[in-house]
Amino acid sequence: MPTLLEIVSPDRLLLSQPVDMAVIPAAEGEMGVLPGHAPMIVLLQGGTIALHEGGRVTQRLYISGGFAEVTPERCTVLADEAVAVAEVSRSAAEARLAEANAAYAAADKADIPALDAAMQRQQAARAMVAAAEAA
Amino acid sequence: MASLKALRARINSVKSTRKITSAMKMVAASKLKRAQTQAEAARPYAERMQRMLAALAVSAAGSPNAPRMLIGTGRDQVQLLVVVTADRGLAGGFNTNVGRAARAAILRLEGEGKTVRVITVGRKGRDYLRREYADRLIGEYSFAGKKRVEFSDVDEVAARITAMLAAGEFDVCTIVYNRFVSVISQVPTEARLVPLPMPEAAPAEKPAGPQAQYEFEPDEEAILAALLPRNMAIQLFRALIESAAGEQGARMSAMDNATRNAGDMINRLTLNYNRTRQANITRELIEIISGAEAL
Repeated sequence: MPTLLEIVSPDRLLLSQPVDMAVIPAAEGEMGVLPGHAPMIVLLQGGTIALHEGGRVTQRLYISGGFAEVTPERCTVLADEAVAVAEVSRSAAEARLAEANAAYAAADKADIPALDAAMQRQQAARAMVAAAEAA
Repeated sequence: MASLKALRARINSVKSTRKITSAMKMVAASKLKRAQTQAEAARPYAERMQRMLAALAVSAAGSPNAPRMLIGTGRDQVQLLVVVTADRGLAGGFNTNVGRAARAAILRLEGEGKTVRVITVGRKGRDYLRREYADRLIGEYSFAGKKRVEFSDVDEVAARITAMLAAGEFDVCTIVYNRFVSVISQVPTEARLVPLPMPEAAPAEKPAGPQAQYEFEPDEEAILAALLPRNMAIQLFRALIESAAGEQGARMSAMDNATRNAGDMINRLTLNYNRTRQANITRELIEIISGAEAL
């Protein structure tokens, strides 16, 4: 029995389809979600979501961060921003990385939460560049 | 009695007004459709976020070091109002209704001895409140140049509120906006953002059913810390797009009324014009006949 993967961004429901397995970029490393997974709420970092069907990856989407709710029947991803990997633009990704690097350089090194936020942005931007390269 | 020429000019001017209002009605109708689609498209995210938040809030609310955004600062002295209106007028009572609701809220809160601060989103609300409450206004945002409100625009406002909360600049945050009930009905509504209103006593009735037992990664606090600002942005976003849809609805019905009124007026003026014309002809005839009789 497949698990139902839903990807939602603030402005719309992007995808809702049954998959054999979904690999999501959790904050502490990639995580594969199979049917019957224990219920979890996970923080996501920038990265790609891979949909596995019939032993192959059928679709990849880049997300810049968000949350996921996993239940035995369902995996709901609340993405801050989500795009199909094929549509990620290399130049936009690099512009964003440059911006994130600048923000990190400008951040107050004593202000830990701000520094963390800047590092997260850098990480998300790097993942976006990687996604653009892979496409 | 007005001269024929003046009447004719008047009729023409009302006719062009009618053209404008009916065109505005048409534009509002098509924008309404777009705004409604946007509002509907945003619903799944908000619903799912609500579900996750409910699961988290139940376990976190009891602990004393729960985040401020969830339980507030424990006081209610400084009240922050976020007033959402449109950027343009000619939408019937749309903007005034929100303005009036905000004003009532300010009066009520200050009557209770609270300190009120106001952030406005949309030009009309700012104009309305600036007259009386200029000293309470601490921020104003407007997305007038935008075709539609994007989530990234709202993030800016949400970030400001989050920063203010972290700095302890307010205790309670309420948003005042027009809730979209239907195309012809928008209700000015107050909704609380901070502290977060709890979902009605669900945990007491259902003590931790099997589906409520979530695991958290990295941990509840980290997720809550990320989820709460997000939720605030979403609530704001939802209010803004509902208000945008409501604005178009209100403008559509206001312009529909205006078009109808213009039509009535044209009918009245035309009747008046014809009567005057007939009276003039009759008078001229009488003058000619009595002139001829006098000879």
